[in-house]
Amino acid sequence: MALKQVSSTDEFIKGLWRDNPVFIQVLGMCPALAVSNTAINALAMGAATTFVLVMAGLSVSLLRNFIPREARIVSYICIIATFVTCVDYAIMAISIELHRALGAFIALIVVNCLILGRAEAFASKNNPGRAVMDGLGMGVGFTGALFLIGVVREVLGSGTLFGVDLFADGFQTWTVMVLPSGGFFAMAIWLLLVNWIRQRQADAEKQAGERAREAAS
Amino acid sequence: MNVPDPLLQQKKTTAWEMYRSIVGIGAFCALLIVSVYQGTAGRIADNKARFLASAIAQVLPAVQSTVEVSLDANGKLVAATEPANLPAFLGYGEDGELVGAVITAQAMGYADNITVLYSYSFDLEAIVGFKVLESKETPGLGDKVEIEPHFLANFEALDARLNDGGTALVNAIVTVKQGAKTEPWQLDGITGATITSDAIGVILNQGSSYWVPALERDARDFQPPQPSEE
Amino acid sequence: MKDPGYWSIFLNAALVNNFVLAYFLGICPFFGVSARLETAVRMSGAVAFVMLVASMCAFGINLVLEAINAPYLRIISYILVISSTVQLVEMLMRKLSPPTFRALGIFLPLITTNCAIFGLALFQTNKGYGFAQAIVYALGAAAGFALALVLMAGVREKLDLADVPDIFKGTAAALVVAGILSMGFMGFAGLGR
Repeated sequence: MALKQVSSTDEFIKGLWRDNPVFIQVLGMCPALAVSNTAINALAMGAATTFVLVMAGLSVSLLRNFIPREARIVSYICIIATFVTCVDYAIMAISIELHRALGAFIALIVVNCLILGRAEAFASKNNPGRAVMDGLGMGVGFTGALFLIGVVREVLGSGTLFGVDLFADGFQTWTVMVLPSGGFFAMAIWLLLVNWIRQRQADAEKQAGERAREAAS
Repeated sequence: MNVPDPLLQQKKTTAWEMYRSIVGIGAFCALLIVSVYQGTAGRIADNKARFLASAIAQVLPAVQSTVEVSLDANGKLVAATEPANLPAFLGYGEDGELVGAVITAQAMGYADNITVLYSYSFDLEAIVGFKVLESKETPGLGDKVEIEPHFLANFEALDARLNDGGTALVNAIVTVKQGAKTEPWQLDGITGATITSDAIGVILNQGSSYWVPALERDARDFQPPQPSEE
Repeated sequence: MKDPGYWSIFLNAALVNNFVLAYFLGICPFFGVSARLETAVRMSGAVAFVMLVASMCAFGINLVLEAINAPYLRIISYILVISSTVQLVEMLMRKLSPPTFRALGIFLPLITTNCAIFGLALFQTNKGYGFAQAIVYALGAAAGFALALVLMAGVREKLDLADVPDIFKGTAAALVVAGILSMGFMGFAGLGR
């Protein structure tokens, strides 16, 4: 059986939809729900996580022959924590307001199962180029998911997008969307949509398969 | 059998390899963290100073320079030697005259701690400026304390006079129901955000009871900062 | 400023600012384990245990970090010390009390690098709690987690028997239930002030 040669771009694309961290793998939900009350916060969180994903993946991949099997997890945690600390200080240097808005969740990137999972499952077994593409893909997919949730919550809950008022004064904001409950509901709505699309795809594939079998028989 | 057993083939990791990798990774991480920390420390300090300066300018517009102060063991007002969690400042105008004091204070609101910055005027013996620094109050309800005009009108001159001995506020600052304000030391609350507006009253009362006696006693004799030679 | 009382800290961590329903910490084990009531109870036990350990570790580490003035080492030292301590305790548990290990042990690796534990350590440091306050805070957080988990498990067990559309099954339904629970817990606001 010939191994299909997976190109680097494939590694990137799979993180966007097929293996989307938030909607398909259902990993890293904590920050997805917590910092998505505005679109800007969601994007910033996604960017920070993508940075850590890429840098940690790169480091783990470069060092993969150097780290013995027994010291794997400790080393990965060390590396991830280092980059999270760097991102934490970088955000503080960029904008104190943004740092206050994201709060402790920047530091909580370190326990995001997504990063440790990718390091263990992928970066430790592939060359740096692929590891970076994988990290980038997962990161962009994660950011995209967070952004979608953030947009829904901000538009419905505050009537703004990126701080810009969208509606006239008469708009009654659906405040629950910017509260914790809203995070759960917004994610549930997107997850429903994703599940529905996947079910349609699966049904279509099944029907195509049946037709192919009928044609063959 | 001639087939090599894969388990036996697996090289056992030596202790040296373990130490080498853990120490190596540790050194790499430490180097990275310290470089980033040092590299950003300057900008972070600038950001914090700018944030504070703009907040102070909002509550005490006439201020040109500030000095951070704290209370020493005897309760006397002295220049602060180390950064405090809830700092207070003396504000000086263009000619170096004492314009007022700026105080930070904090207490539990509806959801979490609320931190406020407010200014005290020595001339009026009242609180004249108010700004919420940090709050996690419910958007649209509790956060009205930040923007509701009739609540902010409380701070045109919220009475914070001291008693004859100068040891405490003669009338405790307290929040009353919306529309029920009769005295200048009362805060007209916000219906629908009672817990948050009550909390603001508590914060201002606690903060002022702590700082105002010492400010009234020592601030006028306090040495203003020397203008820096540019 | 007036220090919050112990009861106030406990109620705040357990109900008003419930770790799962208000702070979104510990979502992964929350959704992973809340399908059955029995596993939910055992998971709560493991979480309470790890939270206490982590709280004490965080307090100790913070003393050291402040002494050597190295706040930038906080993240990396917390995560390493907490995960190694929990592993050590797990090994001790296996030796000293096999029944407890059989009941809680399998959950321990799942929750060591979990946002709930790490979040607890970070929040406790940010609030500047003393040792006793930190312990109370950890107990409150664990109680809140247990409450949310048990409530969720109870609802989900019933939901399993209901006629739910396919795309809604599983995580999506659990999310909506969690949202409603979260709204319910908002009613606790202002408690214990």
